[in-house]
Amino acid sequence: MRAVDAIVESLKAEGVDTVFGLPGGANLPTYDALYDGGLRHVLCRHEAGAGHAAEGYAKASGRVGVALATSGPGATNLVTPIADAMLDSVPTVFITGQVRTDLIGTDGFQEADTTGITMPVVKHSILIQDPRDIPSAIAEAFHIARTGRPGPVLVDVPQDLSRAEIDYEPIDSVNLPGYQPTQEGNAKQIKLAAKALANARRPVIYAGGGVINAEASKELIELCTSDAFPVTCTVMGLGAFPAPHDQWLGMLGMHGTRSANYAMDEADLICAVGARFDDRITGKLSEFAPRAKFIHIDVDPAEISKNVPAHIPIVGDAKRILTKLVREYRALGADRSRLDGWWERIAGWREKYPLGYEDSADSEIKPQYMVEAMYQATGGEAIITSDVGQHQMWCAQYYDFPQPRRWINSGGLGTMGFGLPSAMGAQVACPDQQVVCLAGDGSLQMNIQELATCVTENIPVKIFLMNNFYLGMVRQWQELFWDRRYSGVDMGRTPDWVKLAEAYGATGMRATDKGELLDVMKGALATEGPVLVDVQVTKEENCYPMIPAGQAARDMVG
Amino acid sequence: MGEDIAPGAVLDLDDLQLPASRHTGRRHILSILVENKPGVLARIAGLFSRRGFNIDTLAVGPTDDDRISRITLTVDGARHPIDQVTKQLHKLVNVLKIRDLEPSETAARELALFKLAAEGEARGQIMQFAEIFRGNVIDVSKRSLTVEVTGTDDKIEAFEELVRPFGLIEMVRTGEIAVARGRTTT
Repeated sequence: MRAVDAIVESLKAEGVDTVFGLPGGANLPTYDALYDGGLRHVLCRHEAGAGHAAEGYAKASGRVGVALATSGPGATNLVTPIADAMLDSVPTVFITGQVRTDLIGTDGFQEADTTGITMPVVKHSILIQDPRDIPSAIAEAFHIARTGRPGPVLVDVPQDLSRAEIDYEPIDSVNLPGYQPTQEGNAKQIKLAAKALANARRPVIYAGGGVINAEASKELIELCTSDAFPVTCTVMGLGAFPAPHDQWLGMLGMHGTRSANYAMDEADLICAVGARFDDRITGKLSEFAPRAKFIHIDVDPAEISKNVPAHIPIVGDAKRILTKLVREYRALGADRSRLDGWWERIAGWREKYPLGYEDSADSEIKPQYMVEAMYQATGGEAIITSDVGQHQMWCAQYYDFPQPRRWINSGGLGTMGFGLPSAMGAQVACPDQQVVCLAGDGSLQMNIQELATCVTENIPVKIFLMNNFYLGMVRQWQELFWDRRYSGVDMGRTPDWVKLAEAYGATGMRATDKGELLDVMKGALATEGPVLVDVQVTKEENCYPMIPAGQAARDMVG
Repeated sequence: MGEDIAPGAVLDLDDLQLPASRHTGRRHILSILVENKPGVLARIAGLFSRRGFNIDTLAVGPTDDDRISRITLTVDGARHPIDQVTKQLHKLVNVLKIRDLEPSETAARELALFKLAAEGEARGQIMQFAEIFRGNVIDVSKRSLTVEVTGTDDKIEAFEELVRPFGLIEMVRTGEIAVARGRTTT
């Protein structure tokens, strides 16, 4: 069969039902195969939209997301989603067209060195050089994308090779001698970790997105509740431990709760699971958790001791390790009351520094109130995607995520414009669930074209736009650290969002009054098809609390 | 680690120790087997540059198996945490094996070519030095001599120091290659 038909067959063999993409000259043959190949193709309006949609699909479902693009500009438009998927460990496969082999290296029309450009931001990439390698390349790409620490894999297919005739045989196993991710954690280290936990007086469990990738939420809950361990999650880990909960401290890090950050600061033992001690977590590294010993559970050995040296490193799959750790821990019969003093200390912080804001006395909608209203309107049951900025942090603070894969955001790369296309992908992956994109007015305009995709493809995402007419997070930093010199943050004449939604064929709504907000939101959720709700909030509200960049937990402000 | 922890359920957290310093303070020779595929060297070089690691020397060549190439590179362990370097390298799918060669158990060699200004008396002196270093004169002209020297980087640097005063026109070095001593494979 044609090599492109083999691509489609290979995708189906990997369990793919939907691909997101945009055609062009170099991947025309692939699109011919898609015409009647039996896969759903979602035609996006920009390759960045397709890439983030693949990420949203993957994050909502745990399955590998797939995006297609043509050579040159199509491929370069995918670079941001690829980098985003790399930093947030999202299982994704990107298939790009490349110019004909005889044109490679000649600066041909729409030629870009796609494997070269993406090399620093892929888990792996493959430039096809023999069409007979295509089925095995696709199988390897999926295997690498979804195993170990998940990530993006790129397959670049020159146009002439994609038109070749090959014998297609389904691939049932891949042979990658240089790729053998560790699954089982070292048994002795697990025993030692259990013992350390049993002897800790001020322990904290610090969980990240790796727990969600490993589908290890249940095991995490078991570990935390096998004793009275306080638990906090990174922005990527929210939902791995159900909020609210007696043992839940809230998110940690730059905009985390004081309880979580102070607990880390005073802890004698920190057990990190699928988290990588990012600078947004540690703040000033030399003053991070100065009294603590560290257990570090991670599937990626290179994360161990990268930023913070680990006393008890355990490399492997979080689900398997936590299962064993719980068993070992229970066998020790630790005395739960040893943590009473620690909980008294934490209770003091919780009482003194609850997460809160001063609500408006009039009809003004405070952004935090908007998130609370969104929680109420959705019953806490929606999949929420977000863009990047203040609204993202407020959502992480005020929306209690009850389970994994309900919170989809760009944590590592911090990609504005991520929210709408990722909501689109999440909705395609989970057609029966309510999917809401909490957008910022800066971010939304970066990929607003995907509203056309939602309308055409009947993808009924609801966009709740937190509109403060500013690039709010940058404005906040300018207010706090740059003497209120507001440079390049005023959005000026913003679009009429209701009309814009209507122009795209979606439903537009607006809320400017606190009293009507909940009803407007409920109305939007009950409306068929895509809806954009322009919620006009306080213009200059700051997201607190906050650890200023490069400072320590003790320096929290607000 | 974990070896010194007493058995039983009690553990003083203060007994938990960190692994030895990540900066070893010495030069490391990494011998890396990679799949002989296009772009592998670019992946390795790219990894070093984006992680901020410096490569001191680099040598690439075939092995006895034509599907596999060997990259030998030297890194300064005083400036970079070697375990991070090797762990990051291991994440590259085309990297098959990395060996951080122990200096005392390694035979390392580098080849260097020295083009020297050599007129009059200097010619004889240079040739004497070359002989002491078991070097070979591989090119002669009226005003220059080119000497080939093989050895460890210490030896090559010692030769360089000796002949530099004569007028070093240029020097070309291959970067070290190395093999584990004894019967074990590298």
